[in-house]
Amino acid sequence: MVKKKMIAMLLAGGQGSRLGVLTAKVAKPAVSFGGKYRIIDFPLSNCVNSGVDTVGVLTQYRPLELNTHIGIGIPWDLDRRVGGVSVLPPYEKTSDTEWYTGTANAIYQNLEFMEKFNPDYVLILSGDHIYKMDYEEMLENHKNKGADVSIAAMPVPWEEAPRFGIVVADANKRITAFQEKPKEPKSNLASMGIYIFNWPVLRDALIALKDTPSCDFGKHVIPYCFDNDKKLYTYEFTGYWKDVGTLHSYWEANMELVDLVPEFNLYEEFWPIYTQTDHMLPEYMAPSASAERCIIGGGSEIYGKLHHSVIGSDVTVGEGSEITDSIIMAGAKIGKNVRMKKAIIAENVVIGDNVVLGEGTYAESKLDTRVYASDLVTISENSVVPDDVKIGVNTAIVGVTTKEDYPGGCLEDGGFIVKAGEK
Amino acid sequence: MKALGIILAGGNNKRMKELTHKRAIADMPIAGNFRAIDFTLSNMSHSGVGTVAVIAQYSSRSLNAHLSSSKWWDFGRKQGGLFLFNPTITPENNDWYRGTADAIAQNLDFLYERHEPYVVIASGDGIYKLDYNDVIDFHVEKEADITVVCKDMPQDADVSRFGVVATDASGRITDWEEKPVASPLRTISTGVYVIRRRLLISLMEQCIEMEWTDFVRDVLMRQKNAKRIMAYRMETYWTNISNIPAYYNANMDFLKKDIRDHFFREYPTVQTKVDDYAPAKYNPGSNVKNSLVANGVILNGQVQDSILFSKVFVGNGSQVKNSIVMQDAYISDNVVLEYCIVEAKTNIPAGTVYKGTPDNIKIVTQ
Repeated sequence: MVKKKMIAMLLAGGQGSRLGVLTAKVAKPAVSFGGKYRIIDFPLSNCVNSGVDTVGVLTQYRPLELNTHIGIGIPWDLDRRVGGVSVLPPYEKTSDTEWYTGTANAIYQNLEFMEKFNPDYVLILSGDHIYKMDYEEMLENHKNKGADVSIAAMPVPWEEAPRFGIVVADANKRITAFQEKPKEPKSNLASMGIYIFNWPVLRDALIALKDTPSCDFGKHVIPYCFDNDKKLYTYEFTGYWKDVGTLHSYWEANMELVDLVPEFNLYEEFWPIYTQTDHMLPEYMAPSASAERCIIGGGSEIYGKLHHSVIGSDVTVGEGSEITDSIIMAGAKIGKNVRMKKAIIAENVVIGDNVVLGEGTYAESKLDTRVYASDLVTISENSVVPDDVKIGVNTAIVGVTTKEDYPGGCLEDGGFIVKAGEK
Repeated sequence: MKALGIILAGGNNKRMKELTHKRAIADMPIAGNFRAIDFTLSNMSHSGVGTVAVIAQYSSRSLNAHLSSSKWWDFGRKQGGLFLFNPTITPENNDWYRGTADAIAQNLDFLYERHEPYVVIASGDGIYKLDYNDVIDFHVEKEADITVVCKDMPQDADVSRFGVVATDASGRITDWEEKPVASPLRTISTGVYVIRRRLLISLMEQCIEMEWTDFVRDVLMRQKNAKRIMAYRMETYWTNISNIPAYYNANMDFLKKDIRDHFFREYPTVQTKVDDYAPAKYNPGSNVKNSLVANGVILNGQVQDSILFSKVFVGNGSQVKNSIVMQDAYISDNVVLEYCIVEAKTNIPAGTVYKGTPDNIKIVTQ
């Protein structure tokens, strides 16, 4: 009989709506990060590096890019005869067919998948954080404590604690209370949304809560286990962990990679981050090019000047262009004499010649003040920006735009262009 | 499938000096991310040649490592696959491969057991892109016994490291000189041949009987009047890396946009073993001009007109010019390199100066 010690269930179905136009066409876990990666590469690589060789990836929102990226798991060595990676979308049943309505509901709908591997432990992960973590160490801790459930948590500055789900633990790290975004936190340990369950405990909880609407781990499953006297322990994690849930935090996490010795180091050999690369090429730096404090993905052709930026694979930057504090994702083509500051340019965007991006003064977003609340220019994948236009700060563009979309050749600060037919 | 492939990757070459002490020529690094054999393997794969034998002998361990998985070139199929033939001792044979023909003859079982009508034989050190189906079509149309892929060289080219051929009006090869000191002939053999499998078997059986060992000397040159040997002229880029200047120039060719586009962007593109290195990192003080930079490189100094392979480190204040730096080399601070080829994993201490010249490229090893 098949037997796996611990399997992982990776929640990758969310849109990540606070990434604005970046997730208009792709799920958040599939968003590019750090030049050649996608966000999901980090938890997937952690699994492999931790010896977890069976991973279910739960998809729902816009899964095409994720499916293509994961394939049969070859880049992560997750193409296994038994186990490996399985993409798990919602499916039709004879009755009660529904979408994944919550994180725990999604796992509940895949009880049969987990059953098949007869695991002792189930690791619950989300696909939207940047970190390196040895889940095997967390499992050791789980076993040593004799826990039913372990919750990874990290210390955050006390003044930021009210923004998080806080766990309160005793001296032995057993959890004594939870506080969701508390005004007066009793602890500064923030839950990271990473759980290890003893499989029977998880199964029983999911079955007991199966009729709970939008059944969620943080809101329902964990409190249920707690209320039923299960032993909940916290596993304290002190390494680098970054939630890239907002445009600003996404931008910031990318920019941290270019530090001289970044806190999150991609160049360590003992914890490689794997990703799907359909080909591997060197990049070309032309005689007119320069780059300092940058990372540049393979296959790019750089003719312009780059400062403090993260450039993906197969990007072209034309002669005379100056790119500063920006993220340019794979396949984007930047024309000649472009001036770009603090922009996030998604995959395969085409920017014409002489375009100026990110110059102006902050103005409140006319599209969505919750999402666009920094001075970033955000351009969604496959968009086109014509020659000779000027784009202000805190702006967003989706779709193939032409000169007519820019009154007076300008997109004003806080403005947006979303072409018809584009979401 | 129409053809099976044989890649001759066994040779040593003293003209590559220290660079082939630890590796086969077919395993020489090219253009930042590739090995020479990737070009031929990719051609085979893209031409639908799904069964490929790589015949290796000299320093084959590094080549074996590169070919440890066939998936990068899409050979990991139920039908066919990638086979690596090192010399092996049998009741009938206890010799090393004594030449290219002997290497094929020692693996005749492979040819007996297959069913493909044609065989594409290619050397492992050619840098080119070619659809072998075009050569097979030509072979059939011209009713050739053997087709040799040739390249017309410019009038001023030095052909002394090649085999050169003379052809008649129909394209039939009438004369062949191997590595001539001087020759009026301008058409060179690229070391790529198409031949019917059955004919190859009978020619190899003859080689065994006669104790002939070299494919060019003992098959092509001896048979040129007996068999119809045709020259297929290739129009696109081709070079091989049989000596240091050729190796250096082949790499530097990739600084030209049309060459990069030809191999990297125009489908089908050349494939290689994928490594999981992070994107290259340009720290303060780095200044890179007209250069190729591979994944995993960390730059703190100045680089110009050079090729940096994966995971190369360039320290503060260092200057690398007109050089090839192979994977994993560590260039410390304030190092000056001009016209050098730095061997993989070489550690160059701070302050070191190595200068070659365009006519005498310096080889830097540990």
